[in-house]
Amino acid sequence: MEQRPRSFYVLASFFGLFILFLYGPTLTIALLSFQGPQGGLTFPMNGVSLYWFRDLFEQQAVGDIWGAFRRSLILGFMVMITTVVGSVMAGLAFRKRFAGSSVLFYLAITSLVIPSILISLGVGLIFNQLGFRVHWATSGFGSQLTWTLPFGLLIMFAVFNRFDKSYEEAARDQGASAWQTIRFVVVPIISPSLIGVALFGFTLSYDEFARTLLTAGSYNTLPLEIFGMTTNVTTPVIYALGTLTTLFSLCVIGFFLFVVWILGKRRSRFGSDAGKGL
Amino acid sequence: MHRTLITWLQAAPLTVILLGFLVAPIIMIVIVSFWGATEFSIYPDFQFENYQFLFNSPVTYKVFFATFKYAFITWAFTLAIGFTVAYFLAFHVRSQTTQIALFLLCTIPFWTSNIIRMISWIPFLGRNGIANQTLMSWGVIDAPLDWLLYSDFSVILAFVHLYTLFMVVPIFNTMMRIDKSLLEAARDAGASGFQTLCHLIIPLTKPGIMIGTIFVVTLVMGDFITVRFMSGSQKANVGRLISNDIALLQYPSAAATAVVLLCTVLIMIAIMLRFVNIRKEL
Repeated sequence: MEQRPRSFYVLASFFGLFILFLYGPTLTIALLSFQGPQGGLTFPMNGVSLYWFRDLFEQQAVGDIWGAFRRSLILGFMVMITTVVGSVMAGLAFRKRFAGSSVLFYLAITSLVIPSILISLGVGLIFNQLGFRVHWATSGFGSQLTWTLPFGLLIMFAVFNRFDKSYEEAARDQGASAWQTIRFVVVPIISPSLIGVALFGFTLSYDEFARTLLTAGSYNTLPLEIFGMTTNVTTPVIYALGTLTTLFSLCVIGFFLFVVWILGKRRSRFGSDAGKGL
Repeated sequence: MHRTLITWLQAAPLTVILLGFLVAPIIMIVIVSFWGATEFSIYPDFQFENYQFLFNSPVTYKVFFATFKYAFITWAFTLAIGFTVAYFLAFHVRSQTTQIALFLLCTIPFWTSNIIRMISWIPFLGRNGIANQTLMSWGVIDAPLDWLLYSDFSVILAFVHLYTLFMVVPIFNTMMRIDKSLLEAARDAGASGFQTLCHLIIPLTKPGIMIGTIFVVTLVMGDFITVRFMSGSQKANVGRLISNDIALLQYPSAAATAVVLLCTVLIMIAIMLRFVNIRKEL
């Protein structure tokens, strides 16, 4: 092995500092959420207890955290499934030329770069003027999709840019129909990326704030609930909540990564038998 | 004919969502920006008063300037940090497994809540926070610094914290596509590390830098929540101007500001897209 240049150590320390910068604050509130009952929002720790976590599970004076969590969870799954299905379909469509494809592409880009508050405002206005009630499962759902679907589409572009077309041609040569080619060749090959799209869909929805603000109606999603708490809660209970929902996010991420890893294992075991013939 | 139909069907879900929740809302905002408002309701009209008021108010220019300032400073920091991190990952980490693991370590915060990541700065930056306590115990300062929290400093810090990821990912992606034999050729031809960086890596990484720039700039330009939370409602940007009007039920004036903001952002993006073909670079 070649010796590492001095720049390696400089850059490695920079990287370490960056990671500390990324995770340090979150770890701090995780630590502070174990404050004693008399503890405040900052150090020093005033004893160590689970007081603030217990507080979360008891009857809430402010808001409805568990209801909000349940709604965010359901909405996250709705957005996740729609995002996966929608972006795979759109990704397949964009592999061919079709009238309006460039308009649709630029619309998707616009959807990504448009300030979120405009979606919130516009959807809210339409619902009000049409006399519909805004609700997290209708207007909130649609507004979140304007952020997750284009993201999923970009991932699908990345996937199909790297896709080896000869697999499809081989399948067709073997007599597979168009549908069979998609179902038994294309989808299995891109499935790890689909897990990635699902992860994006779920987590972006679960944490979405700006696009849901004016479109969730009278029942808050969890991020809205947490934001409401920041204005009137001055105890570490908010850190406890932050720690729990971050832990939940980490579990979700871990689960998805685990599935991708399992798929990779299976693939290397059952995938190709090249070189094993004799 | 049959094939075209299938293609359109495949594109239909995306199209329907974008028409219903992107195009229609924009049209609605443009329409409402010409409406009138009383204290508690809005009524259809065709007047330019909202725009007149907007363009004649010195506040507008100040707030737009502040928004550009946030965007520019955040862009500079995220680019410098993002490029360095991506460069380290792409060219200095040798094993692919380590590379993937470190890359994931950088991206995981992206999948957690922005609001909680903002809240998590409070114990650091507050008057009695970790930063002040540390600096005082080291004897660097005598009294706690006031400008750490609820200031431009904390707003930009939070932006950099939240959005550097959007630089790291696309820059890393383009760097990984650079043919390693080019680097060897540069070294064989006698280029120093710095020369390789300036004449080879930076030019080849430009598309990634552009994509990262598009994300960071638009996220900061359209933000209202980071500025509100991290400045303790003491600083303003365009997004906050809009959300304040919304809170006061002044939808037409919010809509007019939104139209101006949208045009600004779209013009900036249109210029940037001239330098990069997003679909090819992914």
